[in-house]
Amino acid sequence: MPEGLRVGYFPGCTLKTDARDFESSALAVAGALGIEVAELGRWNCCGTVYSLDAVNLMPRLASVHNLIRAEEEGFSEIMTLCSMCYNTLKRTNNLFTSKNNGLAAINDFLCLKPGYSGRVKIYHFLEFLREKIKPEQVKDLVVRPLDSLAVAPYYGCLLLRPKEMAIDDPEKPEILTPFLSALGAKVIDFPLNNECCGAYQTAMHPEAVARRACRIISSAQSEGADMIAVSCPLCHYNLSALQGMVRSTHPGLKAMPIVYFTEIMAQAMELDYKTEVEAIPRDAEPGREAVK
Amino acid sequence: MTRLGVFICHCGKNIARTVNIEALREKVSTLPDVVLAKDYLYLCSKPGQTMIADDIREHRLDGALVAACSPRLHGKTFAQTAQRAGLNPYLLDMANIREHCSWVHIDGAEGTEKAFSIIKGSLGRLRYAEPLEPFQSPVTKRVLVIGGGVAGIQAALDIANSGHEVYLVEKSPSLGGHMAQLGETFPTLDCSSCILTPRMVEVSQNEYVHLFSYAEATRVEGNIGQFQVTVRLRPRYVDETLCTGCGDCVPTCPVVVPNEFDQGLGARKAVYLPFPQAVPAVYTIDWDACLNTDKLIICENCYKSCEARAINFLMEPREITFEVGAIILSTGYELMPVAHIGEYGGDGYEDVIDGLQFERMLSASGPTGGVVRRPSDGRIPQNVVFVQCAGSRDPEHGVPYCSKVCCMYTAKQALLYKHAVPDGQAYVFYIDIRAAGKGHEEFVQKVMSEERILYLRGKVSKIFKSGDKIVVWGADTLSGRQVEIEADLVVLAMAVIPSSGSQKLARTLHIASDLGGFFSEAHPKLGPLESNTDGIFLAGAAQFAKDITDTVSQATGAAGKALSLLANDFIRLEPTVSGVEEGLCRGCGLCASICPFGAVTMSPSEKTGAMVAGINPVLCKGCGLCAAGCLSGAITLKGSSFRQIFAQLEEMV
Ligand SMILES: Cc1cc2nc3c(=O)[nH]c(=O)nc-3n(C[C@H](O)[C@H](O)[C@H](O)COP(=O)(O)OP(=O)(O)OC[C@H]3O[C@@H](n4cnc5c(N)ncnc54)[C@H](O)[C@@H]3O)c2cc1C
Ligand code: SF4
Repeated sequence: MPEGLRVGYFPGCTLKTDARDFESSALAVAGALGIEVAELGRWNCCGTVYSLDAVNLMPRLASVHNLIRAEEEGFSEIMTLCSMCYNTLKRTNNLFTSKNNGLAAINDFLCLKPGYSGRVKIYHFLEFLREKIKPEQVKDLVVRPLDSLAVAPYYGCLLLRPKEMAIDDPEKPEILTPFLSALGAKVIDFPLNNECCGAYQTAMHPEAVARRACRIISSAQSEGADMIAVSCPLCHYNLSALQGMVRSTHPGLKAMPIVYFTEIMAQAMELDYKTEVEAIPRDAEPGREAVK
Repeated sequence: MTRLGVFICHCGKNIARTVNIEALREKVSTLPDVVLAKDYLYLCSKPGQTMIADDIREHRLDGALVAACSPRLHGKTFAQTAQRAGLNPYLLDMANIREHCSWVHIDGAEGTEKAFSIIKGSLGRLRYAEPLEPFQSPVTKRVLVIGGGVAGIQAALDIANSGHEVYLVEKSPSLGGHMAQLGETFPTLDCSSCILTPRMVEVSQNEYVHLFSYAEATRVEGNIGQFQVTVRLRPRYVDETLCTGCGDCVPTCPVVVPNEFDQGLGARKAVYLPFPQAVPAVYTIDWDACLNTDKLIICENCYKSCEARAINFLMEPREITFEVGAIILSTGYELMPVAHIGEYGGDGYEDVIDGLQFERMLSASGPTGGVVRRPSDGRIPQNVVFVQCAGSRDPEHGVPYCSKVCCMYTAKQALLYKHAVPDGQAYVFYIDIRAAGKGHEEFVQKVMSEERILYLRGKVSKIFKSGDKIVVWGADTLSGRQVEIEADLVVLAMAVIPSSGSQKLARTLHIASDLGGFFSEAHPKLGPLESNTDGIFLAGAAQFAKDITDTVSQATGAAGKALSLLANDFIRLEPTVSGVEEGLCRGCGLCASICPFGAVTMSPSEKTGAMVAGINPVLCKGCGLCAAGCLSGAITLKGSSFRQIFAQLEEMV
């Protein structure tokens, strides 16, 4: 097991509520891989998606507070699990490192001395895995290989857009492929894996989001996927919680399990983590025997 | 100099709007040695020039300053005025109070003050100006044309028909360029090959044309009137003088590769003729595809089948050198690869093709014999989506400009598709239709109204495969709705970009290119045919995306420019070049290593025998790098001596 990998962890609100499975499975996987995940002592909401407007700095203050705390607590690298937290923190941080920066304005506004330096590096867990962990390390830990399980990674938009934030090729993301392959799964590439899930429209226009979910799910299904692996609590919600609504309008659509990528990793490694769901279905379906 | 005259131009309101001319003139007239200060509405006009000439004579001026626009615009005009008045033209200078002053100021007081400062500085510089005489250099009466598309063919023919020798160098095995690949041409729908191939034959048979295909210009040295050119002939492995073009070799070759002339839709052998009407009609072995290597002969099938004994596996590259007086660049364009647009599938789908591929499908001599078929399964597509501005007008993909020809050729292609598949449906996504040429708008209107083609105003956001269909997501901004079309075939009007290798060529020739990589013209309005290097002219899509009509016009224009140069036995070259003060040179050779044009040579001094720098005035472009670099101050750029520059600065600060 590799030694000495330590990273600050910014959980964000959802990871402590609706997405507890995501957190507990991710922490279990990180632990198994020898990554020491140190949660920030104090943190607040990441700021959630704000407009791309570069002039109005107000919406970014929530992010800035978190970045300052990370720096104060001595972290040079922090990691998030939620795609949205990743996107918001990174975008704000980029504001500090880009040429036309808002650093001075923000530091003045917050009356900060010496002020935030812009030097904390923000990772999404996936990016952290890609940079610090080899797929073979994952493979070595697999106890229950996912042979013959077809998993379609779904990235949504926040890990990939805007382009400057992208952790991978925004049009052909593949960052999860080596890790899912290491679990023994068959990785399904489907054209809608980088489409927006509908995001917050789910509060106002759930039927519109349901339509999107239907497109995304059926696209993955028609490419032969048994399940969809996600990395964002909101994507998870829109694709899973709205499936009932989708199926009432599209009776033909088969149920599609939606799991966090860390859940299938943890289960393939047979790690003990607190969860209410069984990500890898144990009910017999063709090709699932190997999983059992 | 003691008798200086200053002439201030209003340039209509261009200068007068932000510069108080009257106040300026009064202030200038008090400067030392200024015996005369005048202003005029348009100094470049005939009365303006006459006024300057008369004043130079009448007041026996020994220096004149024209405060007006940039010398890039009218420097030559006023130099001629001075000449006519008997003043050495290098004793007339220009102070740029338009581009450098009135155009960039709003405030009149500021503008006037700055104009005064510019004039004062220029007078300081003028005081130390020395009379210079242009020198003469002979003109070699031959022309090099690089690129054998329709632009190069036209230029070469125009020059040859005037009785001058032309070297036509084409990179690929055949002349013709992209026009040879087209089916029918907008806006008249004449058959492209029918109008082009006779020209190709004509060029190859003209006794004044030296045609080198499968060749590239690798070195160009010298200057206007005398360029020394090195051309590298790639080995064809088929002797051009022996090959009869019978094609007996082809069936015997075991190697099949995609045919680039058919944009990869068809196949060819490793020994091939790009297309039946190719000129020269000789075969070429594609050595990268051929089974043989430089060390090992594995297959001799073509060699054995060739009765003319034209095949020679041992052929080596050859270099030839010659001298020309002028060069025309006509290296054309390419299409941005589909792979650049990830959201359109990034070249991952067989049934998403580019405009040239569709052109090959439409062509009677193309891989499908003129029948429109899907590349994936050969079916005749019932729903075809054409996407305009694919990559163009899209800084995200690196091409901010409009590619100019695609609105037109898309209309043409949609029409030809409808004629081929009358019950099929064609959709065209566009931002707006740019059909500004003669007969172009009428053509597009006809297509839109008569052909039942659905034009959708909006961009396509995503193209992906679903089953055996290609799904196109786009916006229809006129109805405000999102559209989804299940297509059988998608044709992307990919952005027109400069041909690969044109940057390398620009470096070889020391010419500039614009942000898009196209060769820069000397002046966007007054010098569209010239590069910024004297004696090198531009034609066709190498300068910017354009259709055949514009390409041919520009090619003929460039040929005319080259011929008017060739009409002189000698040309006058600017004396504003660097010169070495031998006594100060310590022979370090730094200047020789700095000069980008190879104009400096180190050789023993005739007087002392020590190594000193010498500058070839024909090669020197007057950039001044050597003068700035010389540690002993031995080099002076004539017309911009250090003394002049320092005097100008002192007056200004
Ligand atoms: C899909 C499509 C359809 C079109 N349809 C029409 C139409 O219907 N009507 C119309 O008017 N226009 C049409 N056009 C535009 C037309 O193709 C161009 O106007 C024309 O081909 C430009 O000719 P050119 O000689 O400047 O360039 P090219 O045709 O590109 O020729 C350039 C030549 O230079 C050679 N070359 C390149 N680099 C070098 C080098 N370094 N050394 C030596 N040789 C070199 C190339 O091999 C080529 O032979 C169409 C364009 C496209 C993309
Ligand atoms: S010519 Fe038409 S299709 Fe082509 S880039 Fe310009 S506007 Fe777009």
